[in-house]
Amino acid sequence: MPESIERILGRHGRSPDELIPILQDVQAAFGYIGEPSVKAISRYLRISENQIYGVSSFYAQFRFTEPGRHGVKVCLGTACHVRGGATLLDMLERGLDIHCGETTEDKRFDLDRVACLGCCALSPVVQIDRDIYSRMTVNRLTELLKNYE
Amino acid sequence: MNKLIRKIDSAKGKWEKLRENREPIIFIGAASCGRAAGALDLKEGIKEFLNENKLSAKVIEVGCIGPCYLEPLVDIKMPGQPRVSYNNVNAKTLARILKSHFLDGAPHQKLALGHFGKGELNGIPPFYELPMLKPQVRVVLRNCGLIDPEEIDQYLAVDGYQGFMKAIKMTPEDVIGTVQQSGIRGRGGAGFPTYRKWTVCRNSPGEQKYLICNADEGDPGAFMNRSLIESDPHAVLEGMLIAGYAIGASKGIVYIRAEYPLAIERLKRAIGQMREYGLLGKNILGSDFSFEIKIKEGAGAFVCGEETALIGSIEGKRGMPRSRPPFPAISGLFGCPTIINNVETLGTLPNILRNGAEWYTRFGKEGNRGTKTFSLVGKIRRPGLIEVQLGTTLREIIFDIGGGVQKPFKAIQTGGPSGGCLSEEFLDLTVDYESLASAGSIMGSGGLIIMDEDTCIVDVAKYFLDFTQKESCGKCVPCRVGTRHMVEILERITNGEGTPDDLLALRTLGDTIKKGALCGLGQTAPNPVLTTLRYFRNEYLEHIKDHKCRATVCKSLIEYRVIKEKCTGCQSCVRVCPTGAITGPRSEPHNLDASKCIKCRSCYEVCRYEAIAGDAIVIRTAEKKS
Repeated sequence: MPESIERILGRHGRSPDELIPILQDVQAAFGYIGEPSVKAISRYLRISENQIYGVSSFYAQFRFTEPGRHGVKVCLGTACHVRGGATLLDMLERGLDIHCGETTEDKRFDLDRVACLGCCALSPVVQIDRDIYSRMTVNRLTELLKNYE
Repeated sequence: MNKLIRKIDSAKGKWEKLRENREPIIFIGAASCGRAAGALDLKEGIKEFLNENKLSAKVIEVGCIGPCYLEPLVDIKMPGQPRVSYNNVNAKTLARILKSHFLDGAPHQKLALGHFGKGELNGIPPFYELPMLKPQVRVVLRNCGLIDPEEIDQYLAVDGYQGFMKAIKMTPEDVIGTVQQSGIRGRGGAGFPTYRKWTVCRNSPGEQKYLICNADEGDPGAFMNRSLIESDPHAVLEGMLIAGYAIGASKGIVYIRAEYPLAIERLKRAIGQMREYGLLGKNILGSDFSFEIKIKEGAGAFVCGEETALIGSIEGKRGMPRSRPPFPAISGLFGCPTIINNVETLGTLPNILRNGAEWYTRFGKEGNRGTKTFSLVGKIRRPGLIEVQLGTTLREIIFDIGGGVQKPFKAIQTGGPSGGCLSEEFLDLTVDYESLASAGSIMGSGGLIIMDEDTCIVDVAKYFLDFTQKESCGKCVPCRVGTRHMVEILERITNGEGTPDDLLALRTLGDTIKKGALCGLGQTAPNPVLTTLRYFRNEYLEHIKDHKCRATVCKSLIEYRVIKEKCTGCQSCVRVCPTGAITGPRSEPHNLDASKCIKCRSCYEVCRYEAIAGDAIVIRTAEKKS
């Protein structure tokens, strides 16, 4: 059971600069920013729902749909790009039959790109949930995905 | 103050004990990069070994010492012997290393990389004499990889917080004066003299002032700030105390990327320890200086590295830059005077204050004093985090420190997506703010990306522009619309549909965006395209006129082929091909149906690296479509 929205709000002050930290906590608890949460935040901070959508859609971190069980993030930083990161993403899009930013139908995987994980010397890297895998190849990645149900 | 001095004495005592080391110490390089390479698994292996053999040793997780290509690194210090470093350790070599040290009583000569003592040790060279480290100077990174980043005591023992204690006995004006003498300029990229910003802020009226540490290191290919925070968080925090004292701020904020969870964790822990030691809060060390530090996590927007956008983001708004003036030093966060300093600038301050301005001016050259950290990545033999004096040439960095390139060198990109690609003729350029700018590039925050002949320069330019275009906040037209058009043109060129007029259009657009955009993101976004157009024009023309990508990167211009004579018919490629484009019975040359091939590289990789395969799959320029 995720923490209730009221409890999350209770940890924060009511000034508008609390908005992003609140959104971050909501996403950490629920996995995404749902409509009920937006309504509750709006009442709590006394700012319009539009404003909340405006801010949350600006930042890449926030999502509005329920996430899959495993988040796959392909790093497309420069070093990873030069060493074939885009090919890995291509392969995943085809293999999972979704576009970047989408969730597979069985809710098993989310696919995302990330600008840089800061492990450039070990490129190309792929992050699955909290684990970072270095020096990836198309074939190693295919094998790796089998470990995630 | 007295309380802290007592704590420092006890910290030094503890450190001496550690250095005397009656007990063996095992250091594991466990910053993000080390962890990605498997450092934490090694820790388990070490514990098992110690348990099995009923041995005891102190196991310390340290940060990153720099040479990322050697990760994971494990160092062992036996009583009475210097610390010996081992590279690329895996479960197998770990067992041999531990056995050698603990059971046979000597370092493993073959596997050892270097040692931290003096002279040679059983044929093992000193660590700092290794070719990658010898040309470097460690000022900001002085503690990285050597102390436990989670222990304030270890930082105190290596003269941590001495710089701040010195500063607090001076007047804020004198602190600013020292920083002025040192000649340090902002390490975030623009190179604005740090003292000048500070003076403006110091003299701005206002009760409340803010100091922000900009750790929103968004440049793809740059990780200097992450490494520094993960490996030595107290250095950055001490820098914040010094800067806060100098400008008269009572609140400090670290604005850090959410993509750096380990760095955030270490910062939080370090801030907690500072509070415990009386280094934060009201009347620090009995002075009338009060300071608090908060962490704000970024939410994934590159533009928030720009100072006015960063301020917007902290205020809970969309992170969009605004026009300046007023500069943040006069009216910044919540309308109060605010100084935003880069992580590395702050991390350098304790050294300047502790050792004096004159000491710092010994590094670098006139107008460009001090050292700079760089992340050296891409197609280079020895990628990693390095620190050199300003004024070092690119050639020294790439070939002496980085060990050169495996295939012929093509270009170096400095300054990330805002910087430029420089060709071979610039290798003797010195790395300083002015020289790089004169070549059309920038220093930037310190990402150096090396490219060899397998990198397509047009593709790289497209990549950077596509990145800035996606990260453009959309507020001003030149950046929002202009970069979009430039990406479209580049896409046409890489698809083999470009025309010679496109090159002129790219230049005109680029020049216009540079002049017309609101903030640094837009003003520098065209740099990668403009510099590559200048130095690699031929490659653009090849794409346009000959429909050829000489690096075989641009997918529309290449095809995969099986060389029949080399194919061993092992079927490895048939198994991995996701579209069934490769067919053929075992032991006979396979067929590759070009109409089905999606150019995913799976077969190419398997054919190159599988022992039974014959390296028979090649990527080459596609036959011209007629």
